[in-house]
Amino acid sequence: MNHSPILSASQLSTTFQNSNGGLHVLDKISFEIGAQQFVCVLGPSGSGKSTLLRVLAGLLAPSQGEVKIKGQALTGPQNGVAMVFQNANLMPWRSVCQNIRLPLELDGVNAKDAAARSGELIELVGLGGFDDVLPQDLSGGMAQRVAIARALVQDPDLLLMDEPFGSLDAITRDQMGGELLKIWSVHNKTVVMVTHDINEAVYLADRVLVLSDRPAKIVLDLDIDVPRPRKEQVRYTPEFGEFARQLREAIGGREISI
Amino acid sequence: MSVPLSRSYGSDFLLTMATIAQNTSSLLYSLRQRGVALLPFTLALFIFLWYSLVWAGDLRAFILPTPDLVLSRFVEAAGDGSLLRHTMVTLSEVLGGLVLGVSVATLLGYLLAKSQTLERLLSPYIVASQSIPTVAIAPLLVIWFGPGLTSKVLICALIVFFPILINTIVGVRAVPADLHDLMRSLKATRWQTFWLLEVPAALPVFLGGLRIGATLAVIGAVVGEFVGADRGLGFLINVGRGEYDTALVFVAVFTLMFMAMGLYGLVVLLEWRLLGWQRRESQETINY
Repeated sequence: MNHSPILSASQLSTTFQNSNGGLHVLDKISFEIGAQQFVCVLGPSGSGKSTLLRVLAGLLAPSQGEVKIKGQALTGPQNGVAMVFQNANLMPWRSVCQNIRLPLELDGVNAKDAAARSGELIELVGLGGFDDVLPQDLSGGMAQRVAIARALVQDPDLLLMDEPFGSLDAITRDQMGGELLKIWSVHNKTVVMVTHDINEAVYLADRVLVLSDRPAKIVLDLDIDVPRPRKEQVRYTPEFGEFARQLREAIGGREISI
Repeated sequence: MSVPLSRSYGSDFLLTMATIAQNTSSLLYSLRQRGVALLPFTLALFIFLWYSLVWAGDLRAFILPTPDLVLSRFVEAAGDGSLLRHTMVTLSEVLGGLVLGVSVATLLGYLLAKSQTLERLLSPYIVASQSIPTVAIAPLLVIWFGPGLTSKVLICALIVFFPILINTIVGVRAVPADLHDLMRSLKATRWQTFWLLEVPAALPVFLGGLRIGATLAVIGAVVGEFVGADRGLGFLINVGRGEYDTALVFVAVFTLMFMAMGLYGLVVLLEWRLLGWQRRESQETINY
């Protein structure tokens, strides 16, 4: 695996103005991510995970610090960086293939090439035959597949995912995790995925960054040395459990004694 | 994480107004939908009651003409071309007013939706202007612009203005912030965001406003013609009244009704064409 950094964040801080002064969300966060790594960002809810992702996507300017993508300082949304949002965030008036094609349409790719590329991706995410279906007729999991295809159609170097499976039920979420790994093994993008699910993070990631409560700092940077390809069964191995335990401790889940 | 935006309190009133307007129009639909199958019966009942009223009250034709008298007056007015002439006058006033009112209101509504500052600055004036009944300023417009087409077009435009303005603001504001983020992350140009996101997302609410506007425009034209005109269906009503030709008044009233219904139907047709993606979702409101 090639580890030359594709993304580097240095001393990122974000403060939102509100009625009582300011809400300090991110506190001097620094890290580097190598190409083709799958990194999960884990943290308690409200810790600023999504804010961090929005900063990395160039949607939100940090109050301090700097993000570099392939050595270039980030000043706004950038080519080569694609985002998958928390809810599928599809346009309800566009069919599945029209939603997937949107990025190509904005780039002025001609209709024939766009159709070919979106067709490939519809197959890849397992939605063949659903081309002309409207989002309202899709289940949550299917809608999120469309969203992933819409991100991949841009052929990004970096894929940012904001709790992509957060709104799905546990069974669908596990399935989608498996599917994502399959897709990732084909495309080998660099992925930064925000999640609050410890098992999901261990199952998917090469490396997990754990954020603290607000203001968020990185409290643990853990490499997940579980060999790939990872089968579903890997979830039940002792080493998997050990990684999960370390992450749980870093998050500082409140002990409940009976 | 989404940060709560500070909402201007000035827009609350506008939003409430729009909600009331929406609720009223959706109520109209469900009533209409249920009534459709019964239409021949209700129509027969209506005509029967009309006859009974005339006979039971022994009413003279200039008080309440019978339906057949109205029909023959219609045939007469249609035959000598006068009905068509007056209808075309009113229709051009209505259409002119719609085009003017809708374009100004849409443009201003979009700007107000995009700029909190502009909305805070202008919305008190817009709300205040709406508390003046259009009927009250119609005479002024006739004094300033004469009894011709211009004054009527302006009155129609004024009456159409508000619902379109409000619905444009509400529609554009209701575009999900996440979809705006998506367009930004895809580096969409301003024009692409407008055309591919804001227009389709705001269209359902905007067309809801257009439905209301289309029927209001007919009222505007008649108000204008009552105040001062020498042609048009409103003028025809005045003539009929002056000559105790009550059947003619009814002919004009029914023509106006059909005109308003026709315009309303055109907007519904437009919705049918443009909002196909919503059809299943809101079958209740569009299906008839």
